[in-house]
Amino acid sequence: MTAQLLFRDLTLGYDRHPAVHHLDGTVTAGSLLAVVGPNGAGKSTLFKGIVGALKPLSGSLEFAGVAPRDIAYLPQVAEIDRSFPITVYDMVAMGLWKQAGLFGGIGGSERATIERALSSVGLTGFEQRAIGTLSGGQMQRMLFARLLLQNARVIVLDEPFNAIDTKTVGDLLDVVRRWHSEQRTVIAAIHDLDLVKANFPQTLLLAREPVAWGETGAVLTGANLLRARQMCEAFDEQAQECVVPEAV
Amino acid sequence: MEFLAAPLRDEAVRHSFAAVLALALAAGPVGVFLMLRRMSLVGDAMAHAILPGVALGFLAAGLSVFAMTVGGVIAGVVIALLAGAVSRATELQEDASLAVFLLVSLAFGVVIVTANGMDIEKLMEFLFGETAAAMNAEKLVVIAVNSTVSILVLALIWRPLVVDCVDPTFLRTVSRAGGVAHLAFLMVLVLNLVSGFHAFGTLLGVGIIIIPAAAARFWTRDVTTLVVLASAAALIAGWAGLFVSFYADVPSGPAVTLTTGVFYLVSLLFGPVGGLLPRAWPRRHLEA
Repeated sequence: MTAQLLFRDLTLGYDRHPAVHHLDGTVTAGSLLAVVGPNGAGKSTLFKGIVGALKPLSGSLEFAGVAPRDIAYLPQVAEIDRSFPITVYDMVAMGLWKQAGLFGGIGGSERATIERALSSVGLTGFEQRAIGTLSGGQMQRMLFARLLLQNARVIVLDEPFNAIDTKTVGDLLDVVRRWHSEQRTVIAAIHDLDLVKANFPQTLLLAREPVAWGETGAVLTGANLLRARQMCEAFDEQAQECVVPEAV
Repeated sequence: MEFLAAPLRDEAVRHSFAAVLALALAAGPVGVFLMLRRMSLVGDAMAHAILPGVALGFLAAGLSVFAMTVGGVIAGVVIALLAGAVSRATELQEDASLAVFLLVSLAFGVVIVTANGMDIEKLMEFLFGETAAAMNAEKLVVIAVNSTVSILVLALIWRPLVVDCVDPTFLRTVSRAGGVAHLAFLMVLVLNLVSGFHAFGTLLGVGIIIIPAAAARFWTRDVTTLVVLASAAALIAGWAGLFVSFYADVPSGPAVTLTTGVFYLVSLLFGPVGGLLPRAWPRRHLEA
């Protein structure tokens, strides 16, 4: 198994306060990793670090054999302007940006790919709908169709199944499993532990500090979950500078 | 027919009609993107902010169209970058800092031109455009050049501009073009504001950019159609306004702003996308 993402003593945060503290570890290529932890545990912060939206406060984050453009990202709260006059079809077509770029055309084969992506997420017939008319679940299906077109080697999903009904979750999990079978790396923040146990072989339990990382069964133990729950969410305004003793 | 033909016998008025054609073609898309980026008021503020630049151009070279254009473009770009920088570097939101820049620069511009011998009549022309739809040939050339450049640049940055409006996070993960597109759009905006100034004065020149776009929003849910409708509305309302300006002997700025205002009012009342009357008497809902 080759390492694809390497965290080396990675600390990410805001205004010098750590939100992800001293994370070490590697994500191997083709793994299907759930990131679990309470609200405020640093899951979204970690993902922002991975996609380069946040610079590390200390430590580093390295990619082995993946360029930033090989990473597709579904943020938790997409900053999508739902009142913008654009159709589902055009929105999904954005996923072809890597091939089409600024001026490239969308030809017959691309149109077929778009149709296929729409049908894999169950949105056939929605092509000409304005995005403002979609429900929450349909919106998420549309964003998954766009992720499909992005054809990325690493896919980062921030709480993709929140406030989504079971049927939609099932359909979208099929897509996730398909990515896994295609040897793509999928990292997803999930709150539903049963869903994690049933579908994700690897889990990282995060509570600002990494609590446990490994086989899902070994990570999601009662003792580990209790430790995660005891994390203090608030930043300490009087916190001293964090000094790690030099390794000898 | 005589009613329509009479104004066009005057060469200066013909210049105005040609200028509105050029301006409308670029103002349509610029106004639409201002609206979709929720920057309509930013555009308005920046329109006033170009006045000190124009005034300094006037100071340096008198009533030279070229000098005032260069001054206006420089002032517009400086203000746009400054307002962005101030809002990023401080706690003040961009709208508040823009309002400050707008007021101070408008006052500064008026002080410069009046303190240096510009009479009130000329100042009125600065602020509201020339009376009776007249325009000199140099202004027409500047407006035509500005519009041509604007349309070419907009064609180049169309895709990132649209994606940056709908889903900025996505654009940042696939491309670095978003920032460049935003800056290029601001430059295009400044060019059109200077065109608007030459045609209709600094206070109302931005009307032909903003109002037709807002009116078009009541008729369609598609970006491309929005742009076409906005340009068409700007052209028709602009020409109608020039007739008003010619026959009523009023400055072109208020005349054209009022005719575009009529377009907006009609759209607000009758437009199928959220217009007031279609809302008040909706058609029966469908089966599925």
